[in-house]
Amino acid sequence: MSESKQPSYLEYQGKYKGLFGWIFSVDHKRIGLLYMYSIMTFFIVGATLGLLMKLELIAPGKTIMDAQTYNGLFTLHGITMIFLIVIPGIPAILGNFFLPIMIGAKDVAFPRLNLLSWWIYIIGAVIALSSQFMGSGPPDTGWTFYAPYSFKTTTNMLPAVLGAFTLGFSSILTGLNFIVTMHRMRAPGMNWMKMPLFPWTLYGTAWIQLLATPIVGITLLMVVAERTLHVGFFDPALGGDPVLYQHLFWIYSHPAVYVMILPAMGVISEILPTFARKTIFGYKAIVASTLAIAFVGYFVWGHHMFTAGMSGTAQFAFSFLTFLVAIPSAIKVFNWISTLYKGSIHLAVPFYWAASFIFVFMIGGLSGLVLGALSTNVHVHDTAFVVAHFHFIVFGGVGFAFMAGIHYWFPKIYGRMYDESWALTGWVVFFLGFLALYSPMFYLGMKGMPRRYFDYLPEYHGPNIFSSLGAVVMIFGLALIIINLIRSARKGEKATANPWNGTTLEWTIESPPILENFEEIPTVTEPPYHYK
Amino acid sequence: MFSNLSNIAEGVDNAFLIILSIIFFFLIGLTVLLVVFIFRYRESKNPKATQIEGNNTLELLWTIIPLILVLGMFYFGWTSWKPLNSDPPKDAMVIKVTARMWNWSFEYENGKHTDTLYIPAGKPVALDMKALDVIHSLYIPAFRIKQDIIPGTPRKAWFIANSPGSYDLFCAEYCGLQHSYMLTSVEVKTSKEFDAWYIDTTQTVVVAASPQLAGKQIVQKYGCNACHSTDGTKIVGPSYKGIFGEEITVITGGKERIITVDEEYIRHSILEPDADVVKGYNKGLMITYRDQITEEEINLIIEYIKSLK
Repeated sequence: MSESKQPSYLEYQGKYKGLFGWIFSVDHKRIGLLYMYSIMTFFIVGATLGLLMKLELIAPGKTIMDAQTYNGLFTLHGITMIFLIVIPGIPAILGNFFLPIMIGAKDVAFPRLNLLSWWIYIIGAVIALSSQFMGSGPPDTGWTFYAPYSFKTTTNMLPAVLGAFTLGFSSILTGLNFIVTMHRMRAPGMNWMKMPLFPWTLYGTAWIQLLATPIVGITLLMVVAERTLHVGFFDPALGGDPVLYQHLFWIYSHPAVYVMILPAMGVISEILPTFARKTIFGYKAIVASTLAIAFVGYFVWGHHMFTAGMSGTAQFAFSFLTFLVAIPSAIKVFNWISTLYKGSIHLAVPFYWAASFIFVFMIGGLSGLVLGALSTNVHVHDTAFVVAHFHFIVFGGVGFAFMAGIHYWFPKIYGRMYDESWALTGWVVFFLGFLALYSPMFYLGMKGMPRRYFDYLPEYHGPNIFSSLGAVVMIFGLALIIINLIRSARKGEKATANPWNGTTLEWTIESPPILENFEEIPTVTEPPYHYK
Repeated sequence: MFSNLSNIAEGVDNAFLIILSIIFFFLIGLTVLLVVFIFRYRESKNPKATQIEGNNTLELLWTIIPLILVLGMFYFGWTSWKPLNSDPPKDAMVIKVTARMWNWSFEYENGKHTDTLYIPAGKPVALDMKALDVIHSLYIPAFRIKQDIIPGTPRKAWFIANSPGSYDLFCAEYCGLQHSYMLTSVEVKTSKEFDAWYIDTTQTVVVAASPQLAGKQIVQKYGCNACHSTDGTKIVGPSYKGIFGEEITVITGGKERIITVDEEYIRHSILEPDADVVKGYNKGLMITYRDQITEEEINLIIEYIKSLK
């Protein structure tokens, strides 16, 4: 490097200009943003689908669409939200951008592999979405592709399955890349116990991505083989076992929930100390609980199948293990709240998102106890209660944490600040809409309304109206937030290097960061959240 | 919520009560703590933070206490679930349940056949369930009972209903287009009322003013209208309206041919639905009614379809 200062990663001109300078860039920061723009685009689609579903459910009977369209919509909503948004989500966007910076590295271990992961992601997404436009109509199986319905339906299911299969590789490669990065590229002096908590959660997540994703890959290939070559794995008509499919599907898809939520927990563990001006309470306990969740999370998949007719022993064991996995999550919540004790809390938008994350995550997690216990699970299994529960975790948990994270790191990413009053209004509206949208579903589920219902009995009408109106409010809040961020990325006021008074390494460098992050690789001597 | 309408419901509702109490205790307690901390330790009130790295006693306490609580919740969930997993008593009344896209049918030991589940209060009822096409799930919310029915593997469930009344019965496992319409009711009768209904086998032989009306009742009994409308609307299968005597294009073994809808075609379509599928509709959705339907019932259905002009 010459004496002259490096340009920021946003200004840097490499081999290509314009769009090509982005889609062929191997810079982890640009790749992080590529993921963000593609994921946000899909998210707007997925959220619109969700809004249309809620509008259909505002009254019993046909409201704005027919049953086949509705079934196609909730399938596409599930596939988009799970496979295209929440699973890659935080690791691919914020992880790619900040993991190397937070551990004092110039990039991830394999920058080209990182770019390849994004390309695989895009190819997988195109394959999955092509199912909507080609062949015999959009798939209507739900995102779970349960056998034997997925073999009976005449809709265009194969592309959706192959798309999910392809996306799996993107996930595996990102996991591999992050593991090697953290093992090999931490700055001098940063031993494992000095690593910030967001990288720690990415570490736990990366192992799940690497070890669990191949299982769903193989399972989806088995579905393809069964549909095209008529090999009997899962379809009883061919001598297969539908319950086997459920086991294989959830062996991956339950740990996948931790792929979603662990990084979210990591983001919150970064934000709370910064805004409380205080070191995190129980650093070691949070690290230990992260690894415990990643490990125990592999052994609880059976709670998705408590009504499928497993043996009594299996039911007993899965319920027991499910309750055990609740403990490390509880430990995290206790430590987060204790971090605020005797802090000096700077009240700003990222903090509001983080605090409301704790609230919605508690509702999501605690409602999971109802689903972990056998008898209560049987009553609310496959009802609106489950839909409420996982939206509180996956949308409440992951979504709120992402919002917290993007409002926290926005000045670092773009070197500009957003309009705080717009951001605050957006948060209030979104938060209230969110609660109004999903809370009534707990009640509906307790009252017995099954999920994936195009139509319902009149006795369920009241709470459904409330829920649908909540959806409208929430989408309005979302629009405020997105408009504010897009506008501010281009026209916001210039931000300083450390607007929140943070202590981790990303706040020691310029906003926006220079191409290789650090002029000189730092030497770490202090623990990550060291306030004097 | 707390209804005590079946032998299972009481235990399940107790488990709900225990778990929900713990949930609300923690949710309210922790939320209050969160809000109080934010309020008391905000920058303007507390300009200097006190650095606290952690506290091992607290970590231990908030590991062990929740551990004991979750084990308690696990225990109550498990004990109140055991009746669901037990074998039915020997004197239970056995009812055969058939689930298919998208209706339920119930067959009693004396050959009575209904689309609504009639049962006596206070007597154990064992359901012997099978699914013909895809996974369905029998769900009676009031009784806190739910069991998936996997095609190819019979599933059992049993319960005792406590009070007479009418309760919803849903399919809880997504099963395709008309999933949300795959519902019926459980009619719990006093044992006297039930016995009177049960021995009255005349109801199984359709008594109606005309063969057309009788046919209409049979069509309803077998749930045919889930897929075949009577007003010309296209659902999953062709509408009955005006189809009799029409010339239609069907696909037979992959080849198109034109036939006239006559008595033989309707009979053949009920017994071998995939043989001649009307063009524009999908194969494999309808499953044969052979062994379920009688020859006489088919004839009445044909009379009914003829009348729909």
